[in-house]
Amino acid sequence: MDLREIYQEVILDHYRKPRNFSVLEEANHRAAGHNPLCGDRIDVYLTVKDGVVEEVSFQGSGCAISTASASLMTEAVKGKPVEEVERLFQSFHAMVTGKGDAPEAGVDLGKLEALAGVREIPIRVKCATLAWHTLKAALAEDSEPVTTE
Amino acid sequence: MTMLTETISNQPPMTVGVPASGPSRGLDVERVRRDFPALEQRIHGKPLVYLDSAASAQKPRAMLDAVNAAYIFDYSNVHRGVHTLSQRATDAYEGAREKGRRLLGAALRDEVVFVRGTTEGINLVAQSFARPRLRAGDEVLISAMEHHSNIVPWQIVCQQTGATLRVAPINDRGELELDAYEKLLSERTRLVAMVHVSNALGTINPVAEVIDLAHRRGVPVLLDGAQAAPHMAIDVAALGCDFYTISGHKYFGPTGIGLLYGRRELLAEMEPYQGGGEMIRSVTFEKTEYAGAPHKFEAGTPDIVGAIGLGAVVDYLQEIGMEAIAAHEHDLLTYATERFGEIPQVRIIGTARHKAAVVSFVVEGAHAHDVGTILDQEGVAVRAGHHCAQPVMERFEVPATARASFAFYNTRHEVDRLVDAVGKVLEIFG
Repeated sequence: MDLREIYQEVILDHYRKPRNFSVLEEANHRAAGHNPLCGDRIDVYLTVKDGVVEEVSFQGSGCAISTASASLMTEAVKGKPVEEVERLFQSFHAMVTGKGDAPEAGVDLGKLEALAGVREIPIRVKCATLAWHTLKAALAEDSEPVTTE
Repeated sequence: MTMLTETISNQPPMTVGVPASGPSRGLDVERVRRDFPALEQRIHGKPLVYLDSAASAQKPRAMLDAVNAAYIFDYSNVHRGVHTLSQRATDAYEGAREKGRRLLGAALRDEVVFVRGTTEGINLVAQSFARPRLRAGDEVLISAMEHHSNIVPWQIVCQQTGATLRVAPINDRGELELDAYEKLLSERTRLVAMVHVSNALGTINPVAEVIDLAHRRGVPVLLDGAQAAPHMAIDVAALGCDFYTISGHKYFGPTGIGLLYGRRELLAEMEPYQGGGEMIRSVTFEKTEYAGAPHKFEAGTPDIVGAIGLGAVVDYLQEIGMEAIAAHEHDLLTYATERFGEIPQVRIIGTARHKAAVVSFVVEGAHAHDVGTILDQEGVAVRAGHHCAQPVMERFEVPATARASFAFYNTRHEVDRLVDAVGKVLEIFG
């Protein structure tokens, strides 16, 4: 495997300059995520109105894969209806775990496809999915912090 | 005691440019490597460079053969049957205890308890020794460089008894602040529990002074020797420590076995750790009489073959010699430190003057996990993370480090492979 498949330019760019990297004071959904194995931490903030994710941001510290994944996620879900966000997560999850052959019909992963190489390194899949699990918890308004374990 | 500290001077030997075999006398590393079948494999098409021995060490053929032979030819339960196989298994198991005694430098075989590993050794002392003795307001003293396994058992026993956990600080090099440690020894201190060699930093603690200062105040000392035993000769009798515990799997032995040394008088006074078979003298429904140490602490069928495997490693390492091992590893540490010193983006965490062959490092701009993944693609196995020592990470204000930990089967060439692999990290993240 070529390391550049994992550490593509878009990943490195979002790692060095994460988008929507802030605390969203007016958020009406939020959740904390933690990967105890590596110590990655993330907080996800959402403003959901009429079933649509109007604003989204995150804060935290982690590796290139988890940070870039969180950053790309915020770009991907902003402005989308919650149901669509859930479909996006399913497709993304199928892509990085290598389960399921193709993304669900009608779901365009767009830039998220940059993370497809993660499926070659099963131990790093949790890095890529931490932000998404946390997003899901925020949408469900789980009060307990999410952990990958 | 022959401690590595004695072979480490403050002026490391000039070893730049010495060929791959290094200057260490008495250790033929190429021959040693042939004893470890796992080292022959390739990872991602490249010869494996195994630099994660501090997490768990690879296994020599002598140990694997001893385990196999024990299961095939001499296997039965111990201390039970009158038949020949049970006798052979018992002899081999108790023979392994004698080898464990030699490993630790204990005076008596009965001072050596088989446990699952260092973690269980510490928990046993926390529950069977400390718990009945601790009162509200008493103190247990540890250091700021402990592995979680030498923190959490004390937190539990403090919670159970109302005692307080105190922590002796470390300096920016990752060395114990001995003065502060001495000040923390109070009339309330009931036990000192300290790591001999830090897994995250490599620091070799001044354990003789630590014990001396504690004993002057009548405070017993437990040493966590998990990272010391694979690298240096241990001599609990000379040290005079009260408890010492190690893990077999870090000592090139099987998983699931370890040793706890306890001073005879202390073991005799202690309550059993678990109840069951093996640890009793006689049982009625009204009253049970416990066996003496060490069997009092070994309830149930023990890890018989694990003990035999561990014993085989003691013989194997004795042949090679711990002094030769310490000298070889010191050369690797010096060389790795120098090579990393050439890379400005690499910062070594843990620069104690007395240090075992552990190099914890961070690469500027790259998270330890990404470093670990890239190194793995180059065939280089290191640990990436907090090394079960989160307070150490906090002390040095890093979320995680990559850690190259060396054993006597590693070579200078492998240090070069490590440094080249870090070069790949810089290519991608630089």
